[in-house]
Amino acid sequence: MTQLLSDADVARILRRIAHELIEANKGAENLVLLGIQTRGVPLAHRLATVIGEIEGVEVPAGAVDVTLHRDDLAKRGALPLGRTDIPVDVDGRVVVLVDDVLFTGRTVRAAMEAVLEVGRPSAIRLAVLVDRGHRELPVRADHVGKNLPTARADRISVRVAEVDGEDAVVAENGGNGQAPDVHSEAGSGQGADTGEEGA
Amino acid sequence: MSTATTPRPLTDLLSIEDLDAEQVTAILDTAERLAEIAARPIKKVPTLRGRTVCNLFMEDSTRTRISFDIAAKRLSADVINFSAKGSSVSKGESLKDTALTLKALGVDAVVVRSSSSGAPVQLKRYLDVPILNAGDGWHQHPTQALLDLYTMRTHLGDLAGRQVGIVGDVLHSRVARSEVQALQLMGAEVVLVAPPTLLPPRIDSWGVRVAHDVDEILPHLDVLYLLRVQRERMHRAFVPSMREYARTWGIDSSRLARLKPEAIVMHPGPMNRGIEISGDVADSDRAVITEQVANGTAVRMACLYLLLAGAAASAENDDDRDPAPAPAAASDQARDGAEVEQ
Repeated sequence: MTQLLSDADVARILRRIAHELIEANKGAENLVLLGIQTRGVPLAHRLATVIGEIEGVEVPAGAVDVTLHRDDLAKRGALPLGRTDIPVDVDGRVVVLVDDVLFTGRTVRAAMEAVLEVGRPSAIRLAVLVDRGHRELPVRADHVGKNLPTARADRISVRVAEVDGEDAVVAENGGNGQAPDVHSEAGSGQGADTGEEGA
Repeated sequence: MSTATTPRPLTDLLSIEDLDAEQVTAILDTAERLAEIAARPIKKVPTLRGRTVCNLFMEDSTRTRISFDIAAKRLSADVINFSAKGSSVSKGESLKDTALTLKALGVDAVVVRSSSSGAPVQLKRYLDVPILNAGDGWHQHPTQALLDLYTMRTHLGDLAGRQVGIVGDVLHSRVARSEVQALQLMGAEVVLVAPPTLLPPRIDSWGVRVAHDVDEILPHLDVLYLLRVQRERMHRAFVPSMREYARTWGIDSSRLARLKPEAIVMHPGPMNRGIEISGDVADSDRAVITEQVANGTAVRMACLYLLLAGAAASAENDDDRDPAPAPAAASDQARDGAEVEQ
């Protein structure tokens, strides 16, 4: 198990992304941050707080659960549902989806579908703490905390204080039973749980 | 998100007797999430796209059928309504033929309402898809009990130790049977209040208290649950007259005043206004009867979701894009996949 980001790293990343969002949006007006269940939710709330402090405004933050929109439910079985909490009317607003890890892109696709079902935002943006590559859909994040090239079978675990008691990003054993070489694009292992993103 | 242990997966919804408390809680929690969809401008999610649900109603029903219909449609399932009423064939055979027809048509789940107790179980013999009992004879009406629990939970929170009084025609009531079992599962205490002629013969085996005086019971209740007087089933003289019934067992505003201020009044519908419940009680803010109807959709969506969302998991040879297909505990890993990220 290798630590890739510490709690201080995570805090710095969130501050940077907050500034990027303000810059890209020319202020915080009109923003609504929606975290993707489970670990995107506290990250969205923290980003909203940081943006609010910088800009002196209240930034609404909420949650999207993608379970009902996953493309692999039939395969997975009826998963427990998380809470979807969209605190404001998204019509005409800029929705920023926030997630801990961007992997295949399927979760993001499902989240976009979930958001578009409740309204018509003027834009949807994507902010992630970690981008580990291996996209299966044409999805790209607008704001990335850290790019972590991984093997397909590696498992990147993001821990956030609100859920796991600490902030950290760690790499757990890949399919070959070794700590993954996070700089290697070439996948090696087969047969372990990959933390496969489905949605 | 619930962190509790994973409940046993549902395979059918035939009777409350088949469920344990964890499964009931999982259904109610799922319903709570799904209820939010009803508040949206577009009340639909794509979850059960491509699944076909058959509503097989062999007995009259308005609200239950419509409720199941809406529930399936909000989850994007296709719905076919199959009315098997008035067949000249004996019930057993007709049910078998109907089941074989549905099997040939390739339905993915059957919601069945029948005047014969046990019809859903019988259907299960011919059909290997999830069966949902929408009321069978005097036997069971599980989704009614679940939506009632949901409604009670919304108002009272944890139901353990709560006092629920069920008043009326227990004898002919499948709702009462399911209701009592469901409430006992959640740790509530049930008292049945009915004329002796409207209580089933072996009532002592139900494990509930029985009372005959409504007025004495009312001040202790958290929930007053009124059963419909089933006039169509009253061939024999169970009660002297409807007027007599209203006077002795009916709830009017003076009886309502005897309830605790936070107690709620429930009724499975359709109501006989002026018999088991007076019009002003039915319309008072203590009555949560229309809430029950609204909650019924969410609870039925939850049942359909839990029974059908993974239905293709074993049946289908999916095109698996996992480089490392999950081995044994597939559902645990799926849960990891959902929670851990990504």
